Amino acid sequence: MRLICPLCGERDLREFVYRGAAVLLQRPAPEAGAAAFLDYLVTRDNPAGPNAELWQHEGGCRAWLRVVRDTRDHDVLEVALAPGLAR
Amino acid sequence: MSRLASGGQIDRSRDLDVLFDGRQLVAHPGDTLASALLANGIRLVGRSFKYHRPRGILAAGSEEPNALVTIGHHAARIPNVRATMQEAHDGLVAFSQNRWPTLGLDLMAVNDLASPFLGAGFYYKTFMWPAAFWERLYEPLIRRAAGLGRLDTAPDRDLHEKAFAFCDLLVIGAGPAGLMAALTAGRAGARVILADEDFRLGGRLNAERLEVGGQPGAAWAAAAVAELAAMPNLRLMPRTTVTGAYDGGTYGALERVSEHVGLPPEHAPRNAFWRIVARRAVLASGAIERPLAFPDNDRPGIMLAGALRAYLNRWSVAPGRRAVVFTDNDDGWRTARDLADAGVEVAALVDSREDVALPEGPWRGHAGAAITGTRGRRGLKAVRLRDRAGESWIEADCLAVSGGWNPALHLSCHMNGRPDWDAAIAAFVPAAGAVPGLAAAGAAAGAFSTRAALSGGVAAAAAALADLGMAAPPVEIPEAEDAPTRIVPLWRVRGAKGRAWLDFQNDVTVKDVALAARENFASVEHMKRYTTLGMATDQGKTSGVAGLAVLAELTGRGIAATGTTTFRPPYTPVPIAALGAGGAGQGLAPQRFLPAHDAIAEAGAAFVEAGLWYRPSHYPAPGESGWRPACDREAGFVRNAVGICDVTTLGKIDVQGPDAAEFLDRVYANTISTLATGRVRYGLMLREDGFVMDDGTAARLGEMHFLLTTTTAAAGQVMAHLEFCAQCLWPELDVAVLSVTEHWAQVAVAGPRSRDLVNDILARPVSDADFPFMACGEAAVAGVAGRLFRISFSGEHAYEIAVPAGHGAALYERLVAGAAARGGGAYGLEALNVLRIEKGLLTHAELHGRTTAEDLGLGRMIATAKDCIGKVNAARPALKGAGREQLVGLAPLDPAGRLLAGAHLVALGADPLAENDLGYLTSACHSPTLGHDIALGFLRDGRARRGAVLRAVCRLRDRDTACRVVPLPFVDPEGGRLRG
Ligand SMILES: [Zn+2]
Repeated sequence: MRLICPLCGERDLREFVYRGAAVLLQRPAPEAGAAAFLDYLVTRDNPAGPNAELWQHEGGCRAWLRVVRDTRDHDVLEVALAPGLAR
Repeated sequence: MSRLASGGQIDRSRDLDVLFDGRQLVAHPGDTLASALLANGIRLVGRSFKYHRPRGILAAGSEEPNALVTIGHHAARIPNVRATMQEAHDGLVAFSQNRWPTLGLDLMAVNDLASPFLGAGFYYKTFMWPAAFWERLYEPLIRRAAGLGRLDTAPDRDLHEKAFAFCDLLVIGAGPAGLMAALTAGRAGARVILADEDFRLGGRLNAERLEVGGQPGAAWAAAAVAELAAMPNLRLMPRTTVTGAYDGGTYGALERVSEHVGLPPEHAPRNAFWRIVARRAVLASGAIERPLAFPDNDRPGIMLAGALRAYLNRWSVAPGRRAVVFTDNDDGWRTARDLADAGVEVAALVDSREDVALPEGPWRGHAGAAITGTRGRRGLKAVRLRDRAGESWIEADCLAVSGGWNPALHLSCHMNGRPDWDAAIAAFVPAAGAVPGLAAAGAAAGAFSTRAALSGGVAAAAAALADLGMAAPPVEIPEAEDAPTRIVPLWRVRGAKGRAWLDFQNDVTVKDVALAARENFASVEHMKRYTTLGMATDQGKTSGVAGLAVLAELTGRGIAATGTTTFRPPYTPVPIAALGAGGAGQGLAPQRFLPAHDAIAEAGAAFVEAGLWYRPSHYPAPGESGWRPACDREAGFVRNAVGICDVTTLGKIDVQGPDAAEFLDRVYANTISTLATGRVRYGLMLREDGFVMDDGTAARLGEMHFLLTTTTAAAGQVMAHLEFCAQCLWPELDVAVLSVTEHWAQVAVAGPRSRDLVNDILARPVSDADFPFMACGEAAVAGVAGRLFRISFSGEHAYEIAVPAGHGAALYERLVAGAAARGGGAYGLEALNVLRIEKGLLTHAELHGRTTAEDLGLGRMIATAKDCIGKVNAARPALKGAGREQLVGLAPLDPAGRLLAGAHLVALGADPLAENDLGYLTSACHSPTLGHDIALGFLRDGRARRGAVLRAVCRLRDRDTACRVVPLPFVDPEGGRLRG
C-alpha cells in the first residue's frame, strides 16, 4: 500500500504507522462524561468500505494524517493533514 | 548425445564443466541444466514426492514440476532448484533428490506399489489415532517418506539484497507482447522496466520457428532488445521473476543476480528481492501449456509439446529418436512439424478431436484418437494408441503432449480477483481491472497468435501512456502468423484403466480428484486441500486448471461455476534469504550506541540491550566473578562517593511555544504551568484510557521553553503521543515538539561527592543554595555550552549534565577520571537498577501498561483543577476501587531469603495456585545498603497490608520465600541524602 503524504509526496506503507479510527480526532470535552470517553476510545464502526483512519508519517515528516481508505481493497481515497498542521 | 548438428541459441565454441550426480555433462553457454541433461541423453532426473515414481523433464520454463535438483554451492546445498531455470555454468554441480540410495534404484519406490492405499485423504484417515502415536511414529515416518530436497542447515554464506525501483510502466515478460509494449512506452519517453524470468529475452520467439517482420522470431527479438537496451529511460531486468502484485502499484520481483555464475563475484548478492512501484503495468507473462491426463502419463520422456519445441529450436536438442505427438488442439501439430524437420521420426500424430483434418506430413495421423497407456519404467518405451481401429502399441521414446494453453494470469489475481472462463480458447483469462493499473496483453490475455501478441502489447502500452497523459508514438506492428486458437479440451482420457496424473509434483491423479468429489470435498478449495493438488512448490502451474476441469466434469457443474482456487504470491518460490536480505545477524535491528560507547567498552564493561540501545550492565574488576560483586561495588560508589553513568538513552523532548505550558498541563496528569523557570518537576503522563503511560521530568528552561525527559523504553511512544496531541487534538495551541534525544549527551553524576566533581568542570561552580534539588539551567561545561539539572534517580545528591552529543564522550571520560580520584567510578545498569529499587523509583517493570496512578500510590498527582489526557477514564470505578493491586515494597523475613522478579504472592497458608494469587513482584535485587534482598511488586489492596507476611513463590526457579510488606522507599525515607 502507498500513501500520498501532503508534505512529502507518495511513500511506501512502511514509512507510516497506523493509530486507529479518525474518531480519535474528536476528543470529547472533559465534562462530557465517562460514557462519551468510552465511545471515543472503544466504540468503532467496522465498515466494509471507506473508513476514516489516522496514520502518522513516522519515518518521514512525522505528520499525523487523516486517511480515508477502502477496507475492501486498500484503495486510498483521501489523505489530509491533521488539523494542527493544516492551519 | 541428443544434440542436433547445428542451430540453437547456444555457444558451441565453449564447453562448460557441469556435473549431475557426479557425471560430467557436455554443456554450452546458453544451456539450462535441463537442456544439458537432455542433450546428454539423461531422461530420468528425479523421483516424485509421494510414490517416488521415476520422473523426467516435463517443461522448459518455471512451471516445471518434476525436474527439481539440488545445486551444490560453496560447501552449501540449495534444494528444489528447477533444472529448467538453472543456467549451465562452469563448475555447476547438481544432484538428483528424493531418492535413496540412487536415482536409478530408489527403495522408497515401494510406495508406488502401495498406491492403492495411499490415495487422497490417506493421511487424514489412517493416522487418526491414538494421538500419542503422532509425534513418535506417524510424523517421523511420513516425514522420512515424503518431501522433496533437504534443506541445508548451515548458515547461508551468500549475500542477498533488497532493492527498490520506480517506473511509469512495468512490463512483465519479454515475449512478443512485452517487447512491443516496452518499445511503445520506451519510444514515448516513459520510464520503463522490462522484467523477464528468463536469461534470454524474447519468450516463445526463441522457442519457435516463426517469422516476425520477415526475419526469424529470435532475430527480431534480439534486435528489439538491442533497441531497448540503448534507451536511457528503459531498464532491462532479465533473470527477474515478478512474483507478486500488491496494493498501490507495488510489485515484488526476485532477480537471480549470480546464480548463473556459480560463486558470486565479491560483494555481489546471489539474489535480490525488488520492490517495484509502477504507475502502470502490462502483464505479458505468456501462457503455460497443459499436459493431458491418461494412464501412466508421468514417465520420463513424456513432455509438453511446446517445451519439446523449445528444446529443439532454442537448445538444438532432440529429446528422443522416435516421437509421438498427442494433442487436443492445433498448436500440438507444430511440434510434429518441428520434430520431423529436425530429423526426428514422428511415429504418430494423435489428435483427440473427432472431426479434424490433420495436417499432412511424414507421420500417421490419428484423429478422434487417444493415448491410453505407456510403458517404460525409467524412460518411455511405448505408448498405447486407441483409435477407430482399436488399441495398439507404438514404440516411442518421446511423447509430446498438448492439452492447450493457460494464460499465465496469476499476478492478475493477487489482489483477490478471479479470472473469467473463456470457452472459445478453453482457458481462464484475466478479469479486467482485477489489479488496478495492470492490464494483460498477448498470450497472458488469451491472445495466442504471434500477431495478436505483438498488437496486444502495443495497445496495452498505448492505453497505459494515455492514462499517464503521455503521447504514444505510432508503432508499426510487424507481420507475423495469426493462426486462430482451435481446441476441443480433453481434460482426461476416459475408459482407460490406470492412474492418470494431474499434479506431477504432489502425485495427485484423476482418481484422487474423483475420490474427493465422491466424499463431498466438491468445492474446488476443499478438493485442493483434500488431494493436495496444486499445493507443491510449483503451485499447480501445470495442473490447477486440469484438476478443476476434471472436478467440474465429475460434479456436472461446469468449469466457470466450479471456479479457481485463490492465486497468492509468490508466483514462483522466493528464498527466505532474499525476502529477509540484510536482516541476518546484526542486521536484524539497528544498534544505538551511547556517545561514550567506546570508552565504556574500553573499560571492559559488559553490555546489555535496552531496546535498540547498548548500555553497560556492569564493569567487572579483576578477581570479581559474575556481575554481583561489580554491581555491589558500583552501587557503593554512588552511596559513598560519586558514580558516573551515561544516561543519554533517556528520551529528551523539546517543547516550545507561547502555549507550551498549557500544552504540558494537558498531557501531564500534574500541573506543569506553575513551574518556575530554572526548575524541574517530576511528571506523570497517562494514556487516554486512564492507565499510566510514562513518567519523567519536565525542566523549564524559559518562559516558553521546556525540556522533557522520558524513560528509555517509552521515548518513541511518548514522542508520537505528544505529536498526536499537538497536531490532532489541540490545533488552537501554538506549540512545537521535537525529539532531541540524539542531539544531547547526558551524564549522571550521583553521590555525596557529586557537587565537588561537577564544580571541577563548570565555568561557574554551583552551591546547594543557588542550585538546589530540582534546579536546572544553562551551564558552561569545560568550555562547551551545556545544561545542568539537579535531579536524581538514585536517592543521592546528584546532577545530570547535558552537552551536545559530539562532546559526550569527552565529558564522560573526564567525569569518570574525576570520580575515580574521589573514590568513585562508572556504574552500570545493574547498579542503577539496585539504587532505584532501594528508593522505590519506577521503571517500565512497574509502568507496564496495566497500572494506574492510584495503583502506584501517585493518585494525588492527578490535578483536580484541570483536564488532562486520561483523567476522565482514570476515574472509572474499576480503576479506583478496592481489590486493585497496589505498589508495595517487600523484604524477606530471613535476611538470606531470595526474592525474584516474576514471583507471585499468596497468603502464608495458601497454595500457590491462580485462585489464591494476591499479586506479583516486578523488580527485585540484593540491596548492598541493607544487606538483604528487596523487591517492588503489586499486591491486592497492598497499602492496607503493610506488615503482612506472605509467600513469594517463583515456580520457574523453584523459590518459595516468606516476605513482609514494608514501606517505601527502603533507603533514606526522609530524603535527606537527596536534598542535602
Ligand atoms: Zn510526510
